[in-house]
Amino acid sequence: MSATMAIAKREVRTYFNSPVAYIVITVFMLLAGYLFFNTLFIEKQAEMRGYFGLAPMLFSFIIPAITMRLIAEEKASGTLELLITMPVRDWEVVVGKFLAAMTLLAVLLGLTLVYAFTLASIGPIDKGPTYGGYLGLYLMGGAYVGIGVMASSFSRNQIVAFIVSFAICFALYLFGRIVQIVPEQLQPVIQFLSIDNHFESISRGVIDSRDIVYYLSVMVVSLVIATVALESRKWK
Amino acid sequence: MSEVMIQVENLTKDYGPTRAVDRVTFNVRKGEVLGFLGPNGAGKSTTMKMLTCFLAPTGGTAKVAGFDVFSDSLEVRRRIGYLPEDTPIYRDMTVIEFLRFAAEMRGMAPELREKRIKEIGGRCGLGDVAGKLVGELSKGFRQRVGLAQAMLHDPDLLILDEPTSGLDPNQIVEIRSLIKEVGKEKTVILSTHILPEVQATCSRILIISGGKLVADGTPDELRHREKGSRYRVVFEANGVAQDQIRSRLASIGGVTRCEQGATEDGAHAFTIDAASADDLRKPLFRAAVDNKWTLLELVRESASLEDVFRNLTTGEETRS
Repeated sequence: MSATMAIAKREVRTYFNSPVAYIVITVFMLLAGYLFFNTLFIEKQAEMRGYFGLAPMLFSFIIPAITMRLIAEEKASGTLELLITMPVRDWEVVVGKFLAAMTLLAVLLGLTLVYAFTLASIGPIDKGPTYGGYLGLYLMGGAYVGIGVMASSFSRNQIVAFIVSFAICFALYLFGRIVQIVPEQLQPVIQFLSIDNHFESISRGVIDSRDIVYYLSVMVVSLVIATVALESRKWK
Repeated sequence: MSEVMIQVENLTKDYGPTRAVDRVTFNVRKGEVLGFLGPNGAGKSTTMKMLTCFLAPTGGTAKVAGFDVFSDSLEVRRRIGYLPEDTPIYRDMTVIEFLRFAAEMRGMAPELREKRIKEIGGRCGLGDVAGKLVGELSKGFRQRVGLAQAMLHDPDLLILDEPTSGLDPNQIVEIRSLIKEVGKEKTVILSTHILPEVQATCSRILIISGGKLVADGTPDELRHREKGSRYRVVFEANGVAQDQIRSRLASIGGVTRCEQGATEDGAHAFTIDAASADDLRKPLFRAAVDNKWTLLELVRESASLEDVFRNLTTGEETRS
């Protein structure tokens, strides 16, 4: 496990030593801030619904931008060979990378707490939906990060990794919008896969174990696939 | 000293339809410095990648210190220090950060880390660049960082893939002496396509060509494998016709070819090839004495490693 932490620490440092973290944070804060103050000033509602409601879409391109380099860059520069010939299991590499992106995501969400505090100073806010919203956002972000790490493990090209993870994340988001137009038999499946659908109940302050299981499953499945992709170099 | 460090049996690797490494078998004893020699694309790197558990063999087995590279890969990797080709190192880290990271990855105890990093850094001459970014270093320094990283955890076996490629002559000498020094206590495998390099550093040579092992021995053994020998003789002309000497020399038993060299300053030079490795210096000298020719020069030229290498590796290509 010490190898996992070493990798995670290294990746976090790389994020903050390069422009990646700052660009992502700036873009995200601007967009989230717009959504947030939009509800506040135009709709005159002191609530975070607008921000929470569109976060799944924001995440589907912000998170691939965070994760695209994680494994693809190491493949392209050859450092993967150095890393993986050290005594480390393939899954430890994948988990280390995942944890690094999750750390950046936590910083990102932590900064948006400013908006929540702003709201709280204006008037009482609904604690349940806010806490739930943040927990939901982090879990949903985690699912997207998992998908991003997986996409990054497929290719040595970061652009490919970005597009693949964006496509998957956006599809999961879109599923929630197209439930009404798919054949009736498919609706439960689409409904279940939709990331939006699971997020909605959490952001209302309702913490349903099914939603948590859904997010965790997406993370685990993606990371397992990423590990297999990494191991594929060893296929005979 | 005769303990076996590496055991490779029928090691094979296919990349799709192409066979990069073809049933290679060899052993490496503890304490040997093994030179892995071959033209570019002969399968040196692929073999090293299998030994370091980066790639899995298609067939055959390889064991390091008794552990199989496929089924016991963690144990193998704990005992290996590896410098991959082109020294890929995270460019956004400083030298010291990178070495700390490597120490952490190796699970070294925190109190040991700094001491060890200092020691190895000093040995590899990294003291002045410790705070520099790896991406800003020259190739020679990057190579040294790679070596330091490989030796950090005091591994039993060092595997170095082209440790001197792309370096200037001074750096090459430095890296070589570093390797030689390490080779006193450790087992080292290094790959190269530069011949003087193996002669300078290795106690044993494997030559690989077209994925196949074509030679295995000490530098001296390999040189002697080259059949036949060549002599250079020079006589004082002193009124003797060159043809006369030539026909006499050609009649000596074992001589396959006697070629006239340039005549200069009243001397006749000859190059003589013999089929066997038997020493012909004696009969050549006898011939001179019997005919009262004045012998100015008599040299036996031993085959160089270059000859051995060229014969072995080009012969392979024409066959396949």
